Amino acid sequence: MITLEKNPNAEALDAVVIRFVGDSGDGMQLTGTQFSDTSAMFGNDVATFPNYPSEIRAPQGSLYGVSGFQVHIGSVEVSTPGDNLDLLVAMNPAGLKTNLYAVKPGNTIIIDSDSFTKKNLEKAQYETNPLEDGSLENYRVVQVPMTSLTKEALKDVEGMDNKSITRSKNMFALGMVYWLYDRNPEHTIEFFEKKFKNKPHLIKANTKVLNAGFFYAETIELIPNSYSISPAKMKEGTYRIIMGNTATAWGFLAAAEKSGRELFLGSYPITPATDILHELVKHKHFGVKAFQAEDEIAGISSAIGASFAGDLAITTTSGPGLALKGEALGLAVMIELPLVVVNVQRGGPSTGLPTKTEQSDLMQAMYGRNGESPVIVIAASTPANCFNYAYQASKLALEHMTPVVLLTDGYIANGSAPWKIKSLEEMPEIKNNLVNEVKENWHPYDRDEDTLARNWAIPGTPGLEHRVGGLEKDRITGDVSHVPENHEIMTHTRAEKVKRVENYIPEIQPEFAQEGELLVIGWGGTYGSLHSAVKQIVEEEGYNNIGFAHFNYINPLPKNTGEVLSRYKKILVCELNNGQFVNVLRMNFEEQKFHQFNKIQGLPFANSELIEKFKQIAK
Amino acid sequence: METTVEKYTYKDFANDQEVRWCPGCDDYVILRSVQKALPETGVKKEDVVFISGIGCSSRFPYYMGTYGMHGIHGRAPAIASGVKLANPDLSVWVITGDGDSMAIGGNHFIHVLRRNIDLNIILFNNEIYGLTKGQFSPTSLVGQKTKSSPYGNTQPPFQPGELAIGAKARFFARIGGNAPKEMTDIFIEAQKFKGTSLVEVLQNCVIFNDGCYVKYTDKKVREDKQLFVEHGKPMIFGKNKDQGLVLNGLKLETVTIGENGITEEDILIHDAKTEDPTMHQMLVRLEDPLVTGIIRSFQDVTLEEREDALTAQIKAKSEFRKTNDLFFSGETYQVN
Repeated sequence: MITLEKNPNAEALDAVVIRFVGDSGDGMQLTGTQFSDTSAMFGNDVATFPNYPSEIRAPQGSLYGVSGFQVHIGSVEVSTPGDNLDLLVAMNPAGLKTNLYAVKPGNTIIIDSDSFTKKNLEKAQYETNPLEDGSLENYRVVQVPMTSLTKEALKDVEGMDNKSITRSKNMFALGMVYWLYDRNPEHTIEFFEKKFKNKPHLIKANTKVLNAGFFYAETIELIPNSYSISPAKMKEGTYRIIMGNTATAWGFLAAAEKSGRELFLGSYPITPATDILHELVKHKHFGVKAFQAEDEIAGISSAIGASFAGDLAITTTSGPGLALKGEALGLAVMIELPLVVVNVQRGGPSTGLPTKTEQSDLMQAMYGRNGESPVIVIAASTPANCFNYAYQASKLALEHMTPVVLLTDGYIANGSAPWKIKSLEEMPEIKNNLVNEVKENWHPYDRDEDTLARNWAIPGTPGLEHRVGGLEKDRITGDVSHVPENHEIMTHTRAEKVKRVENYIPEIQPEFAQEGELLVIGWGGTYGSLHSAVKQIVEEEGYNNIGFAHFNYINPLPKNTGEVLSRYKKILVCELNNGQFVNVLRMNFEEQKFHQFNKIQGLPFANSELIEKFKQIAK
Repeated sequence: METTVEKYTYKDFANDQEVRWCPGCDDYVILRSVQKALPETGVKKEDVVFISGIGCSSRFPYYMGTYGMHGIHGRAPAIASGVKLANPDLSVWVITGDGDSMAIGGNHFIHVLRRNIDLNIILFNNEIYGLTKGQFSPTSLVGQKTKSSPYGNTQPPFQPGELAIGAKARFFARIGGNAPKEMTDIFIEAQKFKGTSLVEVLQNCVIFNDGCYVKYTDKKVREDKQLFVEHGKPMIFGKNKDQGLVLNGLKLETVTIGENGITEEDILIHDAKTEDPTMHQMLVRLEDPLVTGIIRSFQDVTLEEREDALTAQIKAKSEFRKTNDLFFSGETYQVN
């Protein structure tokens, strides 16, 4: 057991960005998660992002088989997983080769030198060994024979074969990084005790390797000093680290409990949305009905059936799946039932870049159906607020009797961050449009005067038997109608119902300059990158005439959007697509001129490229 | 809630909408048979839901006095699965046609049968596309001339029963569209059956495929060309009740009672309830005679039963009662 004394010489830092990289079987995701959890418990703000290949087990040592996990920890607010690495931990040559670009000269690289064999160098397409050819001389390279040190540490532990020994070398690296950043390994040791409850030899082995790494870092002179990142100033409360997809799933659990409706999920596995299904199937104790259907269409169709029967019904997918769900989503528009469709966006078109992030499904969410088919479109913007927007999507669907598309993306869905836990008592009420008794002259399409939501009579209710369907309905009786004027009125009514949601959502509130030279606009998962770049240019570079407006509500837009736009001379819309939200704004605010900044590389915005663009526009 | 209403009549399951199928269509027979069957099942009207896809048959829910949804093409089994899983107390019926179930909705059709959710599916098989005005369907015969096969259809057909039993259907029945009494009885049995029950109705399309089943269903030949099977009874048919099925090697063979020393004792007894589908497959494939009635009715665990049992087990074990219990569980930390 380690008795940890605070290193008096530790250098205080505001924030550091660390990336662990190795083969997809090297346990990098676990290593990164342990480091970020420990840091969060210590009180740091954290943001993480996993980066893994779309192949489950790509050939060992290959460039495309590299798996990485990035952690950004800070004593200050941290809103992205970070751009430039302060530390790269590379478990093999392929990891070094594919990640070196992100390390600023002068920063540290810890390398498992045992892995730099001739064979691995060849697999990584190195002609010469970078540890010997001088190509790394601008970096602080710490070569550690981790494989052999791990073997040495475990030579007396029984029950460990060669393969298990090699597989635990990631804990040696973690131990070193714990020492380097003044972290207590205790949390990880507790994790071993839980995970390997019935395998005491694995608890012993992993603990031993973790400690060996920790002490090794302390002992060797290669690392002359360590750093400390003090706790961040965060709002008082109880926190946990949460992944975006988990937060989305929990938002639905909360909405179901608050609304008193049972939760039904109809879904088909698709990257990067499947973790929502994985999470919800665990919660049968809350009465969650999670149905893995035979395809995307059955996923949404079963949800529509469940909604007809009175459940809070959702379906989860990613871009290609939303395309398949289009026709059924139109049915839900026509029969005016509550339904939430989550689209965790990824790079497209077609199969595209399944494990990379993009914001290119906005137009599909808005318009990807036949006919005049309006739906509410909202977007979460951080891993933690996926909870709020899943909750809000459910609330809007139930209160306005319409499908809602909730957009998240691979970046925030797989990223994690501290979440100040919301207890159910803090969440807003959720009303519904259920009718329970027979009223004179009742019709299934009777509407609420304010929201235009139709009433919701569910099977099992005597006297309210009625039929719905994809054919156009008479606006009064709800019977099938092909009357021309009626179709026009119903089309306008469905559009107006969605439009009126603007009366129930918050106004847009810009951050930083409230008027002036430039308004930076973003939506969805880019909040972290945009916020920190605007913050930097305003607070550190003196551009105090730049404002920042980030949209979570896309359709309808917040009511004051036009007024906010008019306060700035220039408007710059930044998106990870070829320009989609900018065109929604152009369509709605013809009088404005919009600049745009687009990136379509499957990657988030980098701080430096944003700042450069802001300067170019703001002059 | 127990109600002491008088027994329903078929009128309770009808409504005021004008029925718009072509005059003479078998769909009218099916509609009335369903409306007559439901009062016999003891199910409350408000608990009945009809879900359909697209096609002539799929207008069906609009003509019922129950809850209903006219869905989208091929997806009725998926929509109905959602209804039933959301509220297992409901009696949920799927109305579909040969194109709706076996072409555009083929995937949902096989999977709903595999899962065995307690649904009743009525398959209106007219071997043609009616609503789009006469193209061949997945059950149209090779050589059949239709609007989309003017020189004759080149695509071999599915046999619905064969496909369904291959997809693990536990209940399969077949009945002619001109046999309302037997049809009504089969619908009652389908509703009573716990699990997915599939009833194929040989439905004549008077406009685009008129007479496609006359060789089996015409009153003059019906008794000789159809074998109406009943569980536990010998498989005997014919005007004189003297034809029967025996097994010859791996094939079913028709024999005449009283000839070559054959007696009624030699005739196979129909066992609809056996798990083994081998004989059921042989029966659905038979073309002369064509087998009608409840061919397979194997009582198995339903999906809802499995789910309920699992949920009860997990609820009993779980420490989580409210979402707050989950949110504040595990690795949380305080910021002061």
